[in-house]
Amino acid sequence: MSILVDRDTRLLVQGITGREGAFHTAQMLAYGTRVVAGCTPGKGGQTVAGVPVYDTVAQAARETGANASIIYVPARQALDALYEAADAGLGLIVCITEGIPVLDMLQAARYVAAKGARLLGPNGPGLISPGRAKVGIMPAHIHLPGPVGVVSRSGTLTYEVVWALTQRGLGQSTCVGIGGDPIVGSSFVDILALFERDAETRAIVLIGEIGGTDEEQAAAFIRSEVHKPVVAFVAGQSAPPDQRMGHAGAIISGGQGTAQSKIEALQQAGVRVAAHPEQIPELVLKS
Amino acid sequence: MRLLEYQAKELLAQRGVPAPSGQVAATPEAAREVAARLGRVVVKAQVSVGGRGKAGGIKLAETPAEAEAAARALLGSTLKGLPVRQVLVEQALEIARELYLSVALDRAQRCLVLISCAEGGVDIEEVGRLRPASLARIPLDPFVGLRGHHIRQAAHAAHLPAELGAAFAGLAEGLYRCLHECDATLAEINPLALTVDGRLVAADAKIVVDDNALYRQPELAAWGQEGEEPYQALAREQGLSYIKLTGEIGCMVNGAGLAMATMDITRLYGSAPANFADIGGGARAERVLAALRIILADPQVRAVLINIFGGITRCDEVAEGIVAALRELRPRVPIVARLVGTNQEEGQRILGQAQVLTAHSLSEAARLAVSLARPAGGQP
Repeated sequence: MSILVDRDTRLLVQGITGREGAFHTAQMLAYGTRVVAGCTPGKGGQTVAGVPVYDTVAQAARETGANASIIYVPARQALDALYEAADAGLGLIVCITEGIPVLDMLQAARYVAAKGARLLGPNGPGLISPGRAKVGIMPAHIHLPGPVGVVSRSGTLTYEVVWALTQRGLGQSTCVGIGGDPIVGSSFVDILALFERDAETRAIVLIGEIGGTDEEQAAAFIRSEVHKPVVAFVAGQSAPPDQRMGHAGAIISGGQGTAQSKIEALQQAGVRVAAHPEQIPELVLKS
Repeated sequence: MRLLEYQAKELLAQRGVPAPSGQVAATPEAAREVAARLGRVVVKAQVSVGGRGKAGGIKLAETPAEAEAAARALLGSTLKGLPVRQVLVEQALEIARELYLSVALDRAQRCLVLISCAEGGVDIEEVGRLRPASLARIPLDPFVGLRGHHIRQAAHAAHLPAELGAAFAGLAEGLYRCLHECDATLAEINPLALTVDGRLVAADAKIVVDDNALYRQPELAAWGQEGEEPYQALAREQGLSYIKLTGEIGCMVNGAGLAMATMDITRLYGSAPANFADIGGGARAERVLAALRIILADPQVRAVLINIFGGITRCDEVAEGIVAALRELRPRVPIVARLVGTNQEEGQRILGQAQVLTAHSLSEAARLAVSLARPAGGQP
């Protein structure tokens, strides 16, 4: 088993006719993901890489049985795309788009949750269950099927860690990007709970960064609820306070969200914390 | 983006939150003129950083001549590393008591919170840690917003005199409206002064605007661009995220998390990063060239470490940018590049013909860059 996506996932791509949407649709199809529909308002009736395009998500879902969506829509239209996916009843919504205003996301995150859908992102790389399905923008060839669950706030840093795992023969059950914005649909805790229940996942790698308190909450959850070994890395030990480090969510403010505080919380919960990304496989092998 | 105090007060005043009478001044003479109208004043350095008072950025002036002298001392100086280009000259308040009031983003609860406290002019996180009971943190549902009962709870926590209830409510509503209308993630009045003559006045104010929303806040975006250094303007125009730091290893990376991890590893190997630079997803040659232009212009940089893990970003396009930068900028410091992921073979082939040192792993690249940054014969 994997979590969230597998061979049965029927994926719809919102923004399929755009540069990124079209490119990654082809990549996901090549990986074996069942991309059953695309949506771009006003472009219904076209096809992209053989995938039929619809004007609305509701129609696409009705006619193709899509049960998950990935959003490549530009920031200014992405909020509407999120609401549209939630209204169409899709169970999993993955938002790649970066730059959605935070106050808009406060309402959207609540709305999506109230509709019973799971949201990953915004501003994340998506997720992949190696050998089964890729719903995201990550380079496929760095992954390997196996027992390690990976959850991260970052994109390329996750690739770095996954590549290090794969080179040591440590495959992955599912790699999940939760997104780098201050307000995202799913937290570390949400994904840790899924990995804990997943029979195939035998160890978990958590990749955090400065800003917010998501890692501290994850530490508290691991201490009481997670029985599988967890290895972590936290980026941003050399970041100064009050400066946004690229990601809207990566900022130390009011003395909160430092790498040190996160590392200490994780260590106190029994998590092995790596000094740099390439040390992670070694710690996984030891645990 | 954090606004300056005078900007925050202007936005709040437009929404019914009173501030002391005052005006911003860019010269000592202008400060003197303002003081001549207002009487006893405070002269406050306008830099977007906390703790200005302790750092000597706020001065009391009894006379116009004192105000001019205070402005002369502050203008052109630097406060916590930031240049002081303007001062705010404000009528000094006769304060009976200081309170705290803000609307802030609570990331963990995924909502806004109204925060109030009977102690003002203090570090509110510190109060929250030491005396959590003295602080009210009232969550506001994004679909409900700020309601009368939230405000009454906040007033109670601030030990507000009953007769000021209506004024406090107007002020809280103005603060909340300001946060929404300006796409802010923090709108804070600290201290909120209760004056001897029984008025509530925002003695200091802080507004942090969400960078993601600047596209629909053109006036605030323009404020942010005032006083930008040329390199900051270039970074913004190219869609680069660049922050100057104090070390010697210039870093160019795709992705914020990987950029931070790359910075951290230079420290692990005994050096320190000169900057944070995220070229973002899907960067083309032009953006890579701009990033290297900014990094190489920093005189503190002794070696450049490029770490690219291509997903949406293509290694060949990055490599072309690096080659263009070498041709155009003729760097005087060594460059170490490590490119992995989408189109990596093509990228490495392009780099193979250029004067760039390459490495296969991040730690190998970082160790090489750190060793090259040291002067010949220097101690490892």
